[in-house]
Amino acid sequence: MKKNEVPQDKSNLESANIKEMYYAVDENGEYTTELSTGWDPKTIALDNAIKDIEERTEIAKQKVLNNTTSPIEYYMELHKMDVGILASYVGMWAWRVKRHFKPSVFKKLNKKTLQKYADIFDITVEQLKDIHK
Amino acid sequence: MEINFTHKQSAHCENGVVSNLMRFNGFEVSEPMVFGIGSGLLFSYLPFLKVNHAPVVTYRAMPGTIFNRFAKRTGVIIKREKFSTAQKAKARLDANLEKNNPVGLQVGVYNLVYFPEEYRFHFNAHNMVVYGKKDGRYLISDPVMEEVTSLSEKELEKVRFAKGAFAPKGHMYYPIEFPEKLELKKAIVKGIKHTCKDMTAPVPLVGVKAIRKIAKLIRKWPAKKGVKTANHYLGQIVRMQEEIGTGGGGFRYIYGAFLQEASKILENDQLSTLSKEITQIGDLWRDFAVDASRIYKNRSATEDGYNKVADQLATIADKEEAFFKKLKKAV
Repeated sequence: MKKNEVPQDKSNLESANIKEMYYAVDENGEYTTELSTGWDPKTIALDNAIKDIEERTEIAKQKVLNNTTSPIEYYMELHKMDVGILASYVGMWAWRVKRHFKPSVFKKLNKKTLQKYADIFDITVEQLKDIHK
Repeated sequence: MEINFTHKQSAHCENGVVSNLMRFNGFEVSEPMVFGIGSGLLFSYLPFLKVNHAPVVTYRAMPGTIFNRFAKRTGVIIKREKFSTAQKAKARLDANLEKNNPVGLQVGVYNLVYFPEEYRFHFNAHNMVVYGKKDGRYLISDPVMEEVTSLSEKELEKVRFAKGAFAPKGHMYYPIEFPEKLELKKAIVKGIKHTCKDMTAPVPLVGVKAIRKIAKLIRKWPAKKGVKTANHYLGQIVRMQEEIGTGGGGFRYIYGAFLQEASKILENDQLSTLSKEITQIGDLWRDFAVDASRIYKNRSATEDGYNKVADQLATIADKEEAFFKKLKKAV
């Protein structure tokens, strides 16, 4: 890639005042660096990944409202986690976390366990119990 | 306290931390030189590891290995520490800052507040330098940022103790011993040979064979997984390739810069020619990203589209195989 070909597309990097560094070749064939504001093919991939997470979160929300899963699954998706990551944060086996997705099991969870989840999601136990709060 | 530390932006965080810490200790080594000597370049497919619900491909060596190899090959000794509790981690960090010693930290990105929200995934192999503490805030030199920044004690603790794959566990590292003079020549040759060996390895999930494997999978994904998942997987490949820190083209351009610098140090013209060749291969990776993005942009791709990008990867694999064979002979 030539230095003057380093893409300067619009991206959400701008919001945080970040420019990323590329290695590119100048007119004398010498390698140098150049900052970039973003590149569309990458922005589209990132946007799609975010949309995918939003969809997953929305599906989880509907499942909570239909009482087919517990709010833990909803908050997990909201925080871009999967079961493995969440299990690692709460320090439990993945199967136990998955079991807590069952509304009947969730209802019986003790205060201490609920608080653990709430802390990880940075919310109160009330919010954990009711996703509308 | 604030340590007199020069922050220099780099493309990739690990190279950047090493390059900046070396400069602090009186050794000027460029980012591409760290990357090349540390054999950072790679291609690998990790089917057993899923990130964001998609299989992982990586264009670089495992986190930490670049610095380890660089250190071993140049005679630098690194001290690495991990911690069972946040209190111990903080105490050791503070003690180092008191001693005027800036340190590298491995951190998670998800709670890194100065990153844009969209970029904050559960990725735990980011690197930064802490070079002081002022008014209760840690002074941070993050190599991918243009300027230095700072984090509160709480914010730093959160990223040092992020959980999930590659959890940092407070991981802190810094060089403790240096050679009298940095001998680059031998180190460069070792670094290049290692990369050539990895890229032409006779195993299916590493190097050019892994690129071919991914090409084959891309052809199958739409029928086997459905268009939506196929596009999600394809998008993840492009994101890994062009993520902040790659310098563009899945690290191939940084490697081109390394070979150019190496050709001058070793007085080897062949390396300069090969630098041009890997740059062209980097351009092919970029073309692949452009065409792949056309597929997942429309969300309604034809099978032809997938086959076309798969063909592109197969071509890249052939070219990289020839390239690394030549490179091996050139040193």
